Amino acid sequence: MSKVLIIGEHDGKTLNPATLKCVTCAAAISDAEITILLLGAETAAVAAQAAAVAGVHHVLRLDRPENTHPLAAVFAPQIVAVAAAYSHVFGPSTSFGKDLTPRVAALLGVPQVSDLMAVETAYRFRRPIYAGNAIVTVEADPARKLVATVRVASFEAAALGGAATVAMVAVDVALPTHTRYVGAKSGSTDRPDLQTAAKVVSGGRALGSAENFKILFSLADKLGAAVGASRAAVDAGYAANEMQVGQTGKIISPEIYIAIGISGAIQHLTGIKDARTIVAINKDGEAPIFEVADVGLVGDLFQIVPELERMI
Amino acid sequence: MQKIMVCIKRVVDYNVRVRVKPDGSGVMLDGVKMSVNPFDEIALEEALRIKERGTNVEVVAVSIGVADTQQQLRTALAMGADRAILVQTDAAVEPLTAAQTFLALAKKENPDLILLGKQAIDDDANQTGQMLAALWERPQATYASKVEIADGKLAVTREVDAGLETIEVDLPAVVTVDLRLNEPRYVKLPDIMKAKKKPLDVSSLDALGIVAGTYLKTIKTEPPAQRQKGVMVKDVSELVDVLKKKGLI
Repeated sequence: MSKVLIIGEHDGKTLNPATLKCVTCAAAISDAEITILLLGAETAAVAAQAAAVAGVHHVLRLDRPENTHPLAAVFAPQIVAVAAAYSHVFGPSTSFGKDLTPRVAALLGVPQVSDLMAVETAYRFRRPIYAGNAIVTVEADPARKLVATVRVASFEAAALGGAATVAMVAVDVALPTHTRYVGAKSGSTDRPDLQTAAKVVSGGRALGSAENFKILFSLADKLGAAVGASRAAVDAGYAANEMQVGQTGKIISPEIYIAIGISGAIQHLTGIKDARTIVAINKDGEAPIFEVADVGLVGDLFQIVPELERMI
Repeated sequence: MQKIMVCIKRVVDYNVRVRVKPDGSGVMLDGVKMSVNPFDEIALEEALRIKERGTNVEVVAVSIGVADTQQQLRTALAMGADRAILVQTDAAVEPLTAAQTFLALAKKENPDLILLGKQAIDDDANQTGQMLAALWERPQATYASKVEIADGKLAVTREVDAGLETIEVDLPAVVTVDLRLNEPRYVKLPDIMKAKKKPLDVSSLDALGIVAGTYLKTIKTEPPAQRQKGVMVKDVSELVDVLKKKGLI
């Protein structure tokens, strides 16, 4: 039997939906026993949410003041101590998971498989390389513990309806003090979270300015959508870094992705190819985005976007 | 700050569209242009800027790979690195092996700071820096978009999913860099000539006591599933009709 330890991502109040995708991935391993480990200062509320996820057997809480902020150097030795009893350690392929799990793997002296997109057996998985231009099937050694990140865009969120046990866990490990949290600046908005939104409106360099990007926000608000951006738009300063979609930004799988003034570089397409429906609006009919779009419209975005907003 | 080590990987150039071999045994690499991993180039640029701000900072570029990786290290020297070390091997180097190798170099070189890209654009693994920091038992600051040095400490602004986060780490430390940290300089011809005279030492995994582990077996390589070509609409009202029919708006 595989015993999978999932490192739960949360902000102290809410379990991140990326963790629900990890549960679905872990549940694809036959006969898996799934445990969610939560590290934080006070994880009672998040633990209650985690315990209600279908397919989860146990929730472990590792509460201590040093865990207030998710510092990989602080979390990793604690996870290693807990991981002794497990065959697999999974984290989400979010900035939280990607920062943390390799540190855990190295301390365990085992490899990591990044960005699991499909489970074939408990030790055989598929994952993308070269910005998704190739998919490899890799097999890890069952004699070793396996650490992996789960490509969240490849899995549906696990449903609710579970009733896992919740327990506190204490580990006796010295924690480093060489890494300290200073602060965060988030572009917090009332809009849906880009990583998990069902609808996304996204803009590219053709928007021309941060000011012009506002027409996308307006359309997004009418649709109840999150707003994303291409790397070119972020680099040009039209949009914030956390809005970047693509190989090195967020990889997302919304129901609908509306790409506006985005030419469709391969690195961008990597981030959206799991979208259910891709709509492309671009003045260049030859733009590569139309190769992957389900619905395409050639024209001037500055006329089309306001018109679209009026008609929906 | 006296010494910065920058880890560099030789990868298929950013602009090459990689294709899968028809027999599924890998991707086609024959005759393909190879370059410095773009994120590692940003790491090197940051090291050079720190050097140019301070005094007596030595920048050492290191890599692991085939003999031809000397080309990428020469590029690093032309950009401004003081010397380079190639750990030459024909073996496929997985991130854990790379981290162990860089650790062995770090123990010889004792850098105050190790800079490298957050991921290589070939395997997209995003592991080596974090693994190196773990094995070195030192801090890690990943996805850096700003690095400030003061009093033996670094304040690093990190690009995270929610926005920007700042952490403070003691030196020595490992920093992995993100896209917007800086824009790497172009190499000029005289610099390329000068770089030929700079020291480039060649070592081996054996000499460092490293055994290249094959932790993951690649069973097969396939092209990604293609999306079906969609429909073109002529105007906004037709677009709205299609989306309504699909139940999307």
